[in-house]
Amino acid sequence: MEEKAEVRLMKGNEALAEAAFRAGMHAYFGYPITPQSEVIEYLMAEQPSHPECVILQAESELAAINMIYGASGAGARVMITSSGPGISLMQEGISYMSSAQLPCLIANIQRGGPGLGTIQPSQGDYFQAVKGGGHGDYHLIVLAPASVQEMADFVFEGFRLAEKYRNPAMILTDGALGQMMEKVVLPPKGSLPYPEKPWATTGKTKDRERNIITSLFIQPEKMEQINLGLQAKYRQIEKEEVRYETIAVDDAEILLVAFGLTSRICQKTQQLARERGMRVGLLRPITLYPFPVEPIAALAAKVDAVLVVEMNAGQMVEDVRLAVEGKCPVQFKGRMGGMIPSPEEVLQAVETIAEKQHAEL
Amino acid sequence: MDIPPLTNGYEIVYKKPQTLTDTPMHYCPGCGHGVAHRVLMEVVEEMGIQDRTIGVAPVGCSVFAYDYMNIDMQEAPHGRASAVASGIKRVLPDRYVFSYQGDGDLAAIGTGETIHVVNRGENILMVFINNGVYGMTGGQMAPTTLLGMKTTTTPYGREVKTAGHPLRITNLVAQLPGACYVTRQAVHTPTTVRKLKKAFRAALEYQQKQQGTCFVEVVSNCPSGWKMTPAEANKWLEENMFPFYPLGDLKLPAQSN
Repeated sequence: MEEKAEVRLMKGNEALAEAAFRAGMHAYFGYPITPQSEVIEYLMAEQPSHPECVILQAESELAAINMIYGASGAGARVMITSSGPGISLMQEGISYMSSAQLPCLIANIQRGGPGLGTIQPSQGDYFQAVKGGGHGDYHLIVLAPASVQEMADFVFEGFRLAEKYRNPAMILTDGALGQMMEKVVLPPKGSLPYPEKPWATTGKTKDRERNIITSLFIQPEKMEQINLGLQAKYRQIEKEEVRYETIAVDDAEILLVAFGLTSRICQKTQQLARERGMRVGLLRPITLYPFPVEPIAALAAKVDAVLVVEMNAGQMVEDVRLAVEGKCPVQFKGRMGGMIPSPEEVLQAVETIAEKQHAEL
Repeated sequence: MDIPPLTNGYEIVYKKPQTLTDTPMHYCPGCGHGVAHRVLMEVVEEMGIQDRTIGVAPVGCSVFAYDYMNIDMQEAPHGRASAVASGIKRVLPDRYVFSYQGDGDLAAIGTGETIHVVNRGENILMVFINNGVYGMTGGQMAPTTLLGMKTTTTPYGREVKTAGHPLRITNLVAQLPGACYVTRQAVHTPTTVRKLKKAFRAALEYQQKQQGTCFVEVVSNCPSGWKMTPAEANKWLEENMFPFYPLGDLKLPAQSN
């Protein structure tokens, strides 16, 4: 039976879970943590309709990520989700998977930290997501959805990129996007093809050498070669996979840069500013790694100032400053600990910058 | 060019199984790992399951097991071998999956995984090499280190007051309903090696019946870590390890009617 795309009203976490079934996921291993438990609850409830898919609640995030390691090494399409503290616990396994070049999709439905923090939304795990997170030199491919639709779409994109590059991919989102309900168009099941995985440990047949999944290369000469190989892969990803979106940047004097939930808030701010006669545009990075360095650098040469808005103490702003390279001032507006900035609050920051620019003229 | 073996008319009846590679093992003289590897791989060859067997070796002396075992293998983070093996088995339920773990891995840092894997009754074989010491890192105290035993982190001997008791995790595992077959064997004499091989064979055969986790402890030695000659180590093993870790079956599979 040919399946068709379907329109539904869903929570972000549910859309992500449903998309995983439709993207042909073989296995999910997880552990409950707010604000993402709907993912495993949804998967468990719907599993009988997808008997080919393994859904297992592990005894810890530590065990879960290592089950993911094993299943991915055995050739399965695998996903794991968690939030802040749980993602921190998984970092050793994610570092191993990056070195062993095992594809997997990880979703971090962020909550406010540090520590046990709060269950309210945050973007405080940006550094952890885009700079590696665990030990050693590695990168995840990081996608930042800004709607329930993208929570579903990026599951397909995340699996595709992870398998294309044999690299863990992460959907970096937050509790608000996980919990909010929106209309979502779900692609049909079976629309994402499975690539060949000749490296997988499925049992050594007579026609091939044994397959080994490992991150141990004890001779430094070999370990350096492995690192050089990873770095070459990251350069290719940086060249080919940058994704971003811009709104009204052509004549912009002030450029807002924000990802995920804050990019939606900034979209409203941008409209309010235009209504008040201020020429404000918005750039929204969709891939946080690879980061849209060149588009930001190009716009920085044209605008008077950049304002970065995040739900943290200022993390992506460091990457924006590296991209801007001093071409214009880069300001930051953030809220922390689970607090969400309002469009009006961001507008005030825009107005302060605009007034300062005019005073200098 | 293949050089024919010098048999002088005799038939070769004992040779290296083709489930082992030609890579020379790095294990110290007298260490039990090499024999345990070989016996396990003999069983895989004799059962004809090389193409359906996947092994998991975590951090520890046996982390390089994949260099020696001619089967598909995964190296696991410290303590997580049985979780990795669970992940493999869940997506490839018709394969034979085993973990091969040391005492620090299985009974200290990986205790949580060990208990829950067996409690879920994952249809895997867990091989547990217990030599009472962390071998790879240079002879530190393990959870199974005997009281009074000197290691580099218990230089005056293990004391209950500071370091607690040696852990008989196999006895603990045998209590869990998910365990199918739990046995404690050794590998230091021809007799114990033959018994160990039988245990491995039984454990892999039970795996096919999907009755739960099979758990084979091998009470072994560590001449380097124990600062003994191989002969002294084996004598010490019999006099000290066996009384605390007695050999034998702890749980047999439920008899089918």
